[in-house]
Amino acid sequence: MSPATTPVLVVDQVELDLVTKSRAGDQSAFASLVNRYEGKIFRLAMNITQNREDAEDVLQESFLKAYEHLDQFQGNSKFYTWIVRIAVNQALMKLRKRKSDRSVSLDEQIDTGEDIVVREIAAWDPDPEQQLNQGELQTILAEAVDSLAPIYRTVFTLRDVDGLSTEETAEALDLSIPAVKSRLLRARLQLRDRLTKFFKRKGDDAFAYM
Amino acid sequence: MLTCKDFLEELTDYLDEKTDAEIREKLERHIAECPNCWVICDTTKRTLRIYKGMKEYDVPRDVHSRLMVALEKKMATTR
Ligand SMILES: [Zn+2]
Repeated sequence: MSPATTPVLVVDQVELDLVTKSRAGDQSAFASLVNRYEGKIFRLAMNITQNREDAEDVLQESFLKAYEHLDQFQGNSKFYTWIVRIAVNQALMKLRKRKSDRSVSLDEQIDTGEDIVVREIAAWDPDPEQQLNQGELQTILAEAVDSLAPIYRTVFTLRDVDGLSTEETAEALDLSIPAVKSRLLRARLQLRDRLTKFFKRKGDDAFAYM
Repeated sequence: MLTCKDFLEELTDYLDEKTDAEIREKLERHIAECPNCWVICDTTKRTLRIYKGMKEYDVPRDVHSRLMVALEKKMATTR
């Protein structure tokens, strides 16, 4: 029997030390936490808000809030997961404000099953990404993520870009594990669809649409 | 027999190597016989690989400086 009934979070000792020191008032320790995660938080904020100004606000608000509420941080989860959770909430608030769209939510009901749509079925070139320069590739990848609904791009960014586990993603987003999985599947398939337009093998158009 | 829909529903776990051996074998048998699912599986796998290969995003310098200024201000007023 393995004790694998609860998800095992890898304890990051360096992170833990930095958090402990920050709580004791060590400001340079908190600055180190910022340096560690600001890139990921900014990218996440960019991916959700799709707006640089908003992303910068989210970045600042998240770290300021984290600093302010450091004593509320429970040591049983990663600091990173905790700050991601703060950042996601801030980013969604921005998104709602900008789009004045009340429907922007991570836990909206999604039908399972019928909406798994696969539009493009075409094999890709062997190394399609090698045929583009770095800038072109970055643009294609970013535009594909931007075209996803907020719930999908958030789950995808956390899970597949930042490398959080399904359990950590669920915790950061306050979603159930099945909810994370179903969003992840849709996100992955939609991205695959979008990239297929660029990467499909030439001459396969005839069977590309069904 | 596994349908294409069944296959798609297991795809995420399959790509994450979270399926048990029995399901895995069924999925692999399906891919071997179904060209569409083979293409979907292969191209989804490559989609993930391309995104994972993206380099870490550097925060623009000006954004970083403003964050540090805001933080110092905050630190000066609390604790
Ligand atoms: Zn199939």
